[in-house]
Amino acid sequence: MEEHARHDLVIIGGGGAGLRAAIAAAERHPRLDIAVISKVYPMRSHTVSAEGGAGGVIKPNDTPEAHIQDTISGSDWLADQDAVEVFVQEAPRELLQLEHWGCPWSREPDGSVAVRPFGGMKIERTWFAADKTGFHLLHTLFQTSLRYGTITRYDEWFASRLIVDEGRCQGVVALDLRSGRVRPIAAGAVIIATGGAARIFPFTTNGAICTGDGMALAYRAGVPLKDMEFVQYHPTGLPGTGILITEAARGEGGILVNKDGYRYLQDYGLGPPEPWPRLRAMELGPRDTLSQIFIYEMQKGRTIPGPYGDVVHLDVRHLGEKKIDEKLPFVRELARKYVGIDPVYEPIPVRPVAHYMMGGVDTDVHAATTLPGLYAAGEVACVSINGANRLGSNSLSECLVFGARAGRAAATFALEHPPARIAALAAQARDEERRITADFLHREGTERVAALRREVQQAMEAGCGIFRDADSLQATCDRLARVRARLGTLRLDDRSSVYNTELVAALELECMLDVAEAVAHSALARTESRGSHQRTDYPRRDDRTFLKHTLAFRTDGAPRIAFRDVAITRWPPAARVYGG
Amino acid sequence: MKLYRRPSEFAWWVTNRAYFLFVVRELTSVFIAGYGVVLLVLLQRLAAGPQTYAAYLRFLASPGMIFFHLVALAAALYHSVTWFRLAPQAMPVRLRGRRVPPPAIVAAGYAAWGAISLVVVWIVLRGPR
Amino acid sequence: MVGAAVTLDVFRYRPEQSAEPSFQTYEIPYREDWVVLDALNYIKDHLDGSLAYRWSCRMGVCGSCGMMVNGTPRLTCSTFLREFYPRAVRVEPLANFPVARDLITVLDDFLEKLVRVRPWIVREGEQPLTGGEYRQTPGELDRYKQFSMCINCTLCYAACPIYALEPHFVGPAAIALAQRYNQDSRDEGGLARLRALSTPEGIWACTLVGECTTVCPTGVDPAGAIQQAKLAAALDWLRRVLVPWRNR
Repeated sequence: MEEHARHDLVIIGGGGAGLRAAIAAAERHPRLDIAVISKVYPMRSHTVSAEGGAGGVIKPNDTPEAHIQDTISGSDWLADQDAVEVFVQEAPRELLQLEHWGCPWSREPDGSVAVRPFGGMKIERTWFAADKTGFHLLHTLFQTSLRYGTITRYDEWFASRLIVDEGRCQGVVALDLRSGRVRPIAAGAVIIATGGAARIFPFTTNGAICTGDGMALAYRAGVPLKDMEFVQYHPTGLPGTGILITEAARGEGGILVNKDGYRYLQDYGLGPPEPWPRLRAMELGPRDTLSQIFIYEMQKGRTIPGPYGDVVHLDVRHLGEKKIDEKLPFVRELARKYVGIDPVYEPIPVRPVAHYMMGGVDTDVHAATTLPGLYAAGEVACVSINGANRLGSNSLSECLVFGARAGRAAATFALEHPPARIAALAAQARDEERRITADFLHREGTERVAALRREVQQAMEAGCGIFRDADSLQATCDRLARVRARLGTLRLDDRSSVYNTELVAALELECMLDVAEAVAHSALARTESRGSHQRTDYPRRDDRTFLKHTLAFRTDGAPRIAFRDVAITRWPPAARVYGG
Repeated sequence: MKLYRRPSEFAWWVTNRAYFLFVVRELTSVFIAGYGVVLLVLLQRLAAGPQTYAAYLRFLASPGMIFFHLVALAAALYHSVTWFRLAPQAMPVRLRGRRVPPPAIVAAGYAAWGAISLVVVWIVLRGPR
Repeated sequence: MVGAAVTLDVFRYRPEQSAEPSFQTYEIPYREDWVVLDALNYIKDHLDGSLAYRWSCRMGVCGSCGMMVNGTPRLTCSTFLREFYPRAVRVEPLANFPVARDLITVLDDFLEKLVRVRPWIVREGEQPLTGGEYRQTPGELDRYKQFSMCINCTLCYAACPIYALEPHFVGPAAIALAQRYNQDSRDEGGLARLRALSTPEGIWACTLVGECTTVCPTGVDPAGAIQQAKLAAALDWLRRVLVPWRNR
């Protein structure tokens, strides 16, 4: 790459949303010069670990209305309904497009695409590729993207700052891991598709790379982060590692039992337990509710103690070996490898672990942010279609729908707004290079990156977990503020240029801190309980005051929180009811 | 940017068990080829007349040639065993939409080998008519 | 076991300090359920932040963390310390690739070869999306499913002695992925892909050592894919020789 690289469109992140955006832009404009920048090779993106499936209306017994209804009630009415309508309409087409590109969707005997039941959905509509849907989706997208000569990849480049000039986003400054050099990459438009940030918690399904980099980039450029307080805990993660055991295990009929072998969910309004499986009831209730019920069971002393904290049991033995090997082979492999349990013969120990950020970079239904030229799609963005709680299998579809929309919208913008003052852009890059050198490579401090990272995670776990209150949140905010002060005393062991992964870890820590502060302060500001944000001091949902999104703006001190009304079209807020 | 290229090991197939067995398997071809030469020479000696033929048979009965035959037999057996073991990998067989399990293909290979061997033995022991 | 420790001997290469690599020994606490990756993370977090390596999902699906563990290509997130304890564990970068830094290899060659085999659906005419999905029965899916499980971890390239001796070899994963598309009932580019692979550095370089299949963490069986490709290529050649007027 030459000193001053420039492209029409730059996409940060090479996962499901990023690659879909790149392909959409390349198809729409065959001469557009597209760059995909990723801190890892695209096939390592966290999309790869999604297991259960992608939701989309395809079967004759299903309707878009039903999918919209499920999604909106699943979101506890915080989703923007115009966005949900667009999402539901476009999801099936996107999934079909993936099929045409070779995605190995599991099939019915007659050769048509198969669907499975998933949490919070009244009708089965989750397309799946065994139980490695994200893996197959990502590799299909990655391999398809290789066809387009107009897509240039910057593999293992860390985008550390957005270039903003004359009121619009005109590129990024990125660190080339291989050489250690910091470079400007000018662009007419930029799409952020960097995924989530659940690594701000100590126990998570997320891989190491999910540190909220793109959220921090937009945040620092003045774009608000929306609904950050809504963090989804997946009810069935393996204890200790947090490795994900897919919701599909419950979709295929798995049950959750406490230490008495009792299907405890029936005590919390999700029953009756039979007939089973039954959609939107019992173990197919929404994720936030199931995770919260775990905490209640734990407080009653009915969970099972284990070496890594309390667990409950996910039992799929009654499915039989044949069905498990056919529909849940990866689950069986993970359980045997990481907890030494064969789910054919023993129940799997599970507990809720941090999994997904409903919140993120504020975008509209065209994936555009408030900063002209800057777009965002996928988990990093908050459109919002997920509101206060996301339904399982909506997020892979979200990556495709909004990835494609972002690609098309950003491409059009880029063609109309080429990057302008190249010298000014380069100056920002030199600035960033100076900052990285001064703040990290030359700093003579005492603190290790890992120690500060652990402190962020423990602060979030202690005060900003599944249940929060004003005191615990304030304590978390204070702890995070102290970590921010300690950033100034970081000391890297690694001062080199080539593949300085400790430097990357430090830059990621900075991003995690920005994101954590936005989460904790937004949680403090929302004095109600809704979906995955549960305040023990404000246990009711308060539509009169809080049928609004929180918007966190970065300042030199604590984030400034503003509010924006939720877009309600045809589904007025109602009680959120499951079971029955 | 300076990359480091590890020097290739000269004795790469001695230090690794899997590689060693692979090279042994490949070297069996030398003995099979050698046995092929023995057979061709046999035919030529047979055509050249009863005395030449008898002399060759005596040569074949010498200790050195017996040893060669034993080694060639071991090589052929090892080659056949590895061949059967690898057959299902190289030629997956599908019946009614499902893959025939590899042990079945391996077993079929041995069964065919056994059957043909029995036929050959019967022809040989029956003697000339 | 409180207080138990295990020794890791780790390959270091810091090009800015020395043109030659070295080994560095670390003593770390031993935990029965730790994998090698946990040990590396402990070193990086507590002992030596300069140790550089790739990792992400830690559940065997992203393919980042492949390294040589006691001489064998392994995913370090799926390799338990208890397999070796109390012996020392030697960790090196994956064989047969140039080393950029410490345990980080350069994957450019693999990626170039991947593109070369055209790993995407090739069709004469695209059915419009309004026509719905291409029908594919579970039996048809089964014909290529195994080859589609490749996580691009390149353990197979590290295990292949042919790739070590002949760097031009296209290699196990790339050929397996080519076969994945060749066997996909929706693809129509099989013959072109096969003929492009039927070269001295393609399928014919392979002598069925089989170690690629042995080390593959997701059961792809690249050795099987290559032999099947050889058979298909040979039959195709025979057909072209015997019935030359029937092209295809």
